[in-house]
Amino acid sequence: MEEKKVILDIRNFSVSFEQYEKGFQKTKLPVIRDLDVTVHGGEMVAVVGSSGSGKSLLAHGILGILPYNASMGGELIYDGAALTKERQMALRGNEIVLVPQSLAFLDPLMKIGPQIRKGKKDRASKERLNQIFAGYHLKEEVQGLYPFELSGGMNRRVLVSTALMGTPRLVIADEPTPGLHMEMVRRVMSHFRELADKGAGVLLITHDLEQALEVADRVVVFYAGTTVEDAPASDFRSEETLRHPYSKALWRALPQNGLQFIKGTQPYVKELPKGCPFGPRCESCTEQCKGEIPSREVRGGRVRCIHAV
Amino acid sequence: MKRVNGRIMTVFFFALAVLFLAAVTAAGWVFSEEALVTDFSRKNLGPGLQYLFGTDWLGRDMFIRTLTGLSMSIRIGILAAGVSSVLALLLGTMAATMGKTVDAVITWVIDLVMGIPHILLLILISYALGKGLKGVVVGVALTHWTSLARVIRGEVMQLKEALYIRTARKLGVGGFEIAWKHMFPHLFPQFLVGLILTFPHAILHEASITFLGFGLSPEQPAVGIILSESMKYLAMGRWWLALFPGLFLVFTVVLFDVAGENLRRLMDPGSVHI
Amino acid sequence: MKAHFIFIGKQTIRMLLLTFFVSLAAFILISISPIDPLQANVGQVALGSMSPEQIAKLEAYWGVGEPPAERFFTWAGDFFRGDMGVSLLYRQPVAKVIGVKLVNSLWLMAIAWLMSGIAGFVLGVLAGLREGSLLDKLIKGYSLLIASTPAFWLALVLLMVFAVWLKILPIGLSVPIGVEASGVTIADRIRHAILPAVTLSITGIANITLHTREKMIEIMESDYVLFARARGESTFEIVKNHALRNVLLPALTLQFASISEIFGGSVLVEQTFSYPGLGQAAVTAGLGSDVPLLLGITVISALFVFGGNLTANLLYGIIDPRIRRGGARA
Repeated sequence: MEEKKVILDIRNFSVSFEQYEKGFQKTKLPVIRDLDVTVHGGEMVAVVGSSGSGKSLLAHGILGILPYNASMGGELIYDGAALTKERQMALRGNEIVLVPQSLAFLDPLMKIGPQIRKGKKDRASKERLNQIFAGYHLKEEVQGLYPFELSGGMNRRVLVSTALMGTPRLVIADEPTPGLHMEMVRRVMSHFRELADKGAGVLLITHDLEQALEVADRVVVFYAGTTVEDAPASDFRSEETLRHPYSKALWRALPQNGLQFIKGTQPYVKELPKGCPFGPRCESCTEQCKGEIPSREVRGGRVRCIHAV
Repeated sequence: MKRVNGRIMTVFFFALAVLFLAAVTAAGWVFSEEALVTDFSRKNLGPGLQYLFGTDWLGRDMFIRTLTGLSMSIRIGILAAGVSSVLALLLGTMAATMGKTVDAVITWVIDLVMGIPHILLLILISYALGKGLKGVVVGVALTHWTSLARVIRGEVMQLKEALYIRTARKLGVGGFEIAWKHMFPHLFPQFLVGLILTFPHAILHEASITFLGFGLSPEQPAVGIILSESMKYLAMGRWWLALFPGLFLVFTVVLFDVAGENLRRLMDPGSVHI
Repeated sequence: MKAHFIFIGKQTIRMLLLTFFVSLAAFILISISPIDPLQANVGQVALGSMSPEQIAKLEAYWGVGEPPAERFFTWAGDFFRGDMGVSLLYRQPVAKVIGVKLVNSLWLMAIAWLMSGIAGFVLGVLAGLREGSLLDKLIKGYSLLIASTPAFWLALVLLMVFAVWLKILPIGLSVPIGVEASGVTIADRIRHAILPAVTLSITGIANITLHTREKMIEIMESDYVLFARARGESTFEIVKNHALRNVLLPALTLQFASISEIFGGSVLVEQTFSYPGLGQAAVTAGLGSDVPLLLGITVISALFVFGGNLTANLLYGIIDPRIRRGGARA
C-alpha cells in the first residue's frame, strides 16, 4: 500500500467560524485545528470522533461547501497540487464525491433518476445511471420514485449511486450508516470497500470505531477538533499497540473490551484547555502537557502526545 | 463582550421605540383640547415652521390633531391588543389542556374568525354594538387573538409533553402549581412578544375601521377620521392634510414592530448570537 | 384513489359547515345590534309615507316579533334557495346587487391577486437566495414598511401623485362621471381600475414576499441543497432543480390563503377610490344598516375565503408527491 499514490493530503487543517454581531465585532470559533489526514488511492481511511465534534466540517472543507461565515486554514493537497476554490468547484461531484448519511440529503420533491443525473437528460447520463443501478441490482423503476418512496433496503444503494455519476477518485462518506444494524452496516461498507479496491481513496467519517475497524485500513482518531492519533487499523487489536491515551480509552470502551468509559466530556471550543485538549481527562497528564504538543511519528503511526512511546 | 453589545443595541432600540410612543401618547393627551381649536385666520395653511403639518379648512393645527389622533389610536390599540392577547392566552391554554372537545371547538372558532375578512368582521361587530368607540375596541380585540392563540396552544401542548413537566406530575405536583411554576415562565415571553406584535395590527385596523366611518364620531380627531376628511380636499391640492398624518401613523406602526422584534430578540436566547 | 375522494369530500363538507357557522355568527351579531334596520332605512322618510299594510308586510318580511332562531332559519333557508332578500338601500334583490358588485371587484382582486402573487414570489425568492445582501435588505425593508402602511393611506398617496399632481389617472369611480352606461368603453374601465388594482397589489406583495423569503432561506440551508452543492451543482442549477420546486408549494398555499387579505384590502381601497365593488357595498351596507346586503356579502366573502383554503389543500394533494403518491394527509 505504501507505494500507492497519495490522493489527499491534509496538513494542519483548521476551520473556524466567524460570528458577526451588531456593531460589526467578530469572534472566531476554532472548531477544527491541527487536523492531519492522508488518503492514498485504494485505501480506506476512517476519521473517528464522537458525535458533534465537527467531523462533518472536514468533509465540507474538502468540498468547499462550508457556510459563508466559516473560514479554513492549513494545507489541502489533492492529487499533488493545492486544492484551490476553483479546483474544488470543478472537482466536486465529479472526482471528489460525498456520500451523505440519509435520505434527508435528497430533494424530497425530485424523482430519484433526474436527481442523480442532476437534471441532465442526455443519453449518456441516462445510460450511465442505468449501468450504475444495474450494478447495485436496483430496478429501473426506482428512478421514477421519490425519495420518500424508497425502502430501507434501497436507500443506501441509491445514496452510494449518487457518487458514481462522475469518475470518483476520492469518496467521502459522512456517517453513512446512522442507526443501522451490523448486518446492514457491513453491506454498506462493502460498497465503499469495493470503490477503494477499484483504486479510489475513501475517507470514512464516523463516530463508530467498531464499524470503522471492520473495513478501514487506517484509523485517524479525532478529539475536540484535533487529530490525536493516526494508526493502522491493525493497531486497534490490543491496547498496547495504540499510542494516544484517548485512543486507548476508545479501545477500552469497545463492547468486546468491557465497555469501560472514561469520565468527563469533550471540551467545548470556547473552553479548550491549554496544550493537550485531552489533558483534563488524562491520567498521565503532566505539567509539560500544557505546552505545545507536536505531531510525532511513533512506531509507524502519528500521535499528538508527548508521553507516547 | 459582543454578546453584551448586541444586547445593548437591542435594548436601545426597544427603549427608543417605547419612549417615542409614550411621548406621542402623552403629548396627544395633553393637547387634546387644543386639537379642536378652530381659527379662521390661519385656515388652509401649507406646512411650515409655525404649523409643521399645516392647518385645515377650519384653521386647526394639523400637527396637534395628528398627535392627538395617534395618541387615541395608541391607547385604543393597547387596550384592544391587551384584551386580545389575554383572550389568546386563555383560549390557547384551554384548547391545549381541556381535552379533545374543547380543543376542537376552539380550533373551529379560530377557523371561523379567520374565515371572515378582518375588515368585514370589524364592520359586523361594530354594527352589532351600535358603532362608536366600544365597537372599535371590541371589534379589534375579537379579531386579533387567533394567531397568538394558535402559537400558545402549540407551545402548551409541547410543554405538556416535556419531560420535566411529566416528571413533576408523577411526583405529585398539583396542576395549578405546574401551570404557574413550570409553564407560565416559558409562556410569558411568547405572550409578551405576541402582545406587542399585536399592537401594530390593532392600530392599523383601528385606523381603517375609523376611516370607513364605523368607529369614533367625526368630532374626535382620530387618525382615521383625519384621513377620511382629507379626501374631500385632496382634489383641491391640500396634500398635507393626508400626507403627514398618514406618515406619522406608518412611523408609529413601524416603531411598534421594531419594539416587538427587538423584544423578541431579547427574550429568545437562541437568536442572540446570530 | 378512494382515499382521495374521501379527503376531498371531508374538506368540502368542512368548508360548507364553516360557511354555515359564519352566517350564523353574522346573523347573531346583526340581531343583537341596537340599530333597527327598518327605522334606520325605511325609517324617517319612507315609513311615514307608507301605508300601515305596507309596513306590516315589511315587518312580516323582517320577522319582527319572531324569535331570532326562527328568523335565522327562514333567512338561511331562503338564502340556500338563492333568495338573499331585498337590499334596503338599493331596493333590489341582494343577489342582483352582489352579482353586479362582485364582477367589478373580481376584476380588481384577480389582477391584484396575480400581480402580488407573482411579484411577491419573485422578490421573496431573490431576497432569500441572497440573504443578508443589500438586495435582501431592500426587499425586506420594503415589505416591512408596506406591511405597516394602511391600504387606504397608500391609496390616498397614489391618488395624490397620479390623479391630482400628475393628472394622468382619474380620481375615482369605475366609470367617468356623467357618461351613459353604454358610452363607457373598456379603456375607461381599465383606466379607472389601474390605481385601485396597483394599490391592492402593492399591499398584497409584502406578506407573500416575507413568507417566500423565509421559506427560501430555509431551503437554501437545507441538507439537500448542501448535498446538491457538494455534487457540483451551481447556484443556478440549485435554484432551477431544487429551490423553485420546493418553494412553489408553500407559496401556492399562501397565495390561496391570502384571499382573505385581498378581500379585506379591497374594502378599504374601493372605499377610497369610490370604486363600486363588493367592498364599497359592504361599507355602504354597514353604515346604512342594510342588513340583508351585509349578511349576503359576509357569506359570499366567507365562501371565497374557505374556497381558497380548500383549493390550497387540494392543490397540495395534487402537487406534493408525498401526499399524492404516499396517501398521507396534509
